[in-house]
Amino acid sequence: MTDKIEGEGDDAKMVSDKVDTGKGVLFPVALVVVAGGTLLGISALRGMDRPPVVGVQRGFRGTAMDQIYNPRTINALASQLKIPKSLPPASPDGIKAAVAYKNVQVLKNLSVAQFTRLMVSLTNWVAPKQGCAYCHNVANMAWDGLYTKVVARRMIQMTQNINQNWQSHVQNVGVTCYTCHGGNPVPKNIWFNSPGQIAATGAAETQTAMAHPSGVINDSSLPYDPFTPYLEQASDIRVQGTTALPTDNLHSIKQTEGTYALMIHFGQALGVNCTYCHNTESFGDWSRSSPARVNAWYGIRMVRDVNNAYMNSLHDVFPAYRKGELGDNAKVNCTTCHQGLFKPLYGVSMVQTFPELRTTQTAVLASATPSAAPTLAEAPAAPPMQPAGPTPATAPHS
Amino acid sequence: MAEYQNIFTRLQVRGPLYAGTPIEAHTAFSRSSAPRFSHLFGRLGDAQVGPIYLGISGLAALICGFIAFEIIGLNMWASVGWDPVQFLRQLPWLALEPPAPAYGLRIPPLAEGGWWLLAGFFLTASILLWWTRIYLRARALGLGSHTAWAFAAAIWLYLVLGFIRPLLMGSWAEAVPFGIFPHLDWTAAFSLRYGNLFYNPFHMLSIVFLYGSTLLFAMHGATVLATSRYGAERELEQIADRGTAFERGGLFWRWTMGFCASAESIHRWAWWFAVLCPLTGGIGILLTGTVVDNWYIWGQHHGLVPDYPATWGPVVDPATLPGAPK
Repeated sequence: MTDKIEGEGDDAKMVSDKVDTGKGVLFPVALVVVAGGTLLGISALRGMDRPPVVGVQRGFRGTAMDQIYNPRTINALASQLKIPKSLPPASPDGIKAAVAYKNVQVLKNLSVAQFTRLMVSLTNWVAPKQGCAYCHNVANMAWDGLYTKVVARRMIQMTQNINQNWQSHVQNVGVTCYTCHGGNPVPKNIWFNSPGQIAATGAAETQTAMAHPSGVINDSSLPYDPFTPYLEQASDIRVQGTTALPTDNLHSIKQTEGTYALMIHFGQALGVNCTYCHNTESFGDWSRSSPARVNAWYGIRMVRDVNNAYMNSLHDVFPAYRKGELGDNAKVNCTTCHQGLFKPLYGVSMVQTFPELRTTQTAVLASATPSAAPTLAEAPAAPPMQPAGPTPATAPHS
Repeated sequence: MAEYQNIFTRLQVRGPLYAGTPIEAHTAFSRSSAPRFSHLFGRLGDAQVGPIYLGISGLAALICGFIAFEIIGLNMWASVGWDPVQFLRQLPWLALEPPAPAYGLRIPPLAEGGWWLLAGFFLTASILLWWTRIYLRARALGLGSHTAWAFAAAIWLYLVLGFIRPLLMGSWAEAVPFGIFPHLDWTAAFSLRYGNLFYNPFHMLSIVFLYGSTLLFAMHGATVLATSRYGAERELEQIADRGTAFERGGLFWRWTMGFCASAESIHRWAWWFAVLCPLTGGIGILLTGTVVDNWYIWGQHHGLVPDYPATWGPVVDPATLPGAPK
């Protein structure tokens, strides 16, 4: 090319001959642009998995029904997984626990050997470091003064209820205390009602219960407490219309955002993406969904049952330091059991060797007279200062 | 030897500073700020900056836009308790949300969507005033109004999303929130609520024109750049002659695909593709929820949905089974 641009007339001048490279201006500008772009890129990449990831086809070709797994995450979760060996089975013969011990309300018709085996197992599952004294006054094992003992009794009832009445969700794999507790006195994954966002008071719009980053919703801007409306209360999850043209479906986009947030929780809890249950061409269409969606549907009802009939029934039993900011008791969600796995403990069924946790019938002692044991409502809300009595709980009840 | 090339050129072309074509002075505001040169702008295009014409509509647009910007930003800042660090950290997540569905089309308290309405009003006013400015400036220069009508196409989509469709649905809650991630999450939720927007034919058309625009832009840009060694940027002198850059560009496309646009028609193609993207998209949004509630089922009724073989046994909605839990 020539030094002059043709057709620009005589006024056109090429200042390039002076080599005005403009580095003084360009460098800081470029630096700001690059730094800003990098920051934006990093923030956009938060929570994404770097390649390689593994895709598993689960539906007809071309429907994108793929499960995406990160092998590093799976290996890490698998290596963390420790499944305790069950104690050898105990003889069902001999004197029943309800006869042998005082204040046995749930595990009445277990033999003393079975009862002791379960108590030892329970300690290993829930309070391996703290031992028996986490729930019991060792001088009086029958005493209900420690809140942990009252909670533990209710949790045994809950476990039995899940295994007996929620096979639609837990199937034959079932659950034990270890499924959620995993050796921790308080399960690692629990939730409380959200107190909302720390925000200014006044005329500003600040309490929308959404649009703040939270790990619960995979750092989206969706409603950050999807648990209270759907896993404690029973708000509508189904928002999509079932007819082509408008009829009477008044569900809003805001409700849809709530459902979306809940579904993100499912995906995180199970370590799966949407297509584990749904065919994304039509999320609402059951005939195009995978059978896992049916299982999840029962799971939602099971968790509501667990939270309302069991966790919330212990509201007055839990001490204040175990409660949330709003003074509510701990509750469960999908992660409590699943902990990132599509089946808790990768489907290992610990309950097979604990048949007493699979039925609510352990409370029925055929030969027993009507029990005078205190009901849950009568249990003390807080431990009294002194043990109620000196009688060792291990002493045979005559 | 240095060469003149656009974007990151190694040289700067600088003519004498030029105030522009004289126009009738029919307003109190006129072109302000003496033109000057900027090396940085010269790297990207013309090195001359200014003169800028603001005018009444431009000034009003900026004021309204500033008010909307402040309403949105201050509400977002308040939502993190006026914490400047949290404001910056959470900014992409923060939102100014429309009112709850319970308010319908009524005017809610400020803290429950009132600010959203106000911000929407001022932003809309700002955009419409800016449109006016673009139209008037084009006319004042004796140009066609193509730019204004192209901008109007984008405004149509904006108004459908935030105003016209919510009016038809009878609820401000149907509108889009202000916020970076929130409006994206809203988009996903919108498609989920109305049964998958990909089965909406107008959404399909909009995508065609969106991707078509990028294709046309790439073809046109590549052709001009590829022929610029023959001086293709000087269109008018070349259209009529043989062997020019234009002749070669046209020949290239006739060789490769048997047909070429003309120097004028390629810009009509591009303009219509760009304009039809928001026009068709806006129609698709407008029909969603008002005329069609579930695009997937609508698609099933109209032969849009292929029938894939079942992979699993029949899966039945458990809520329809007798004795199902609530």
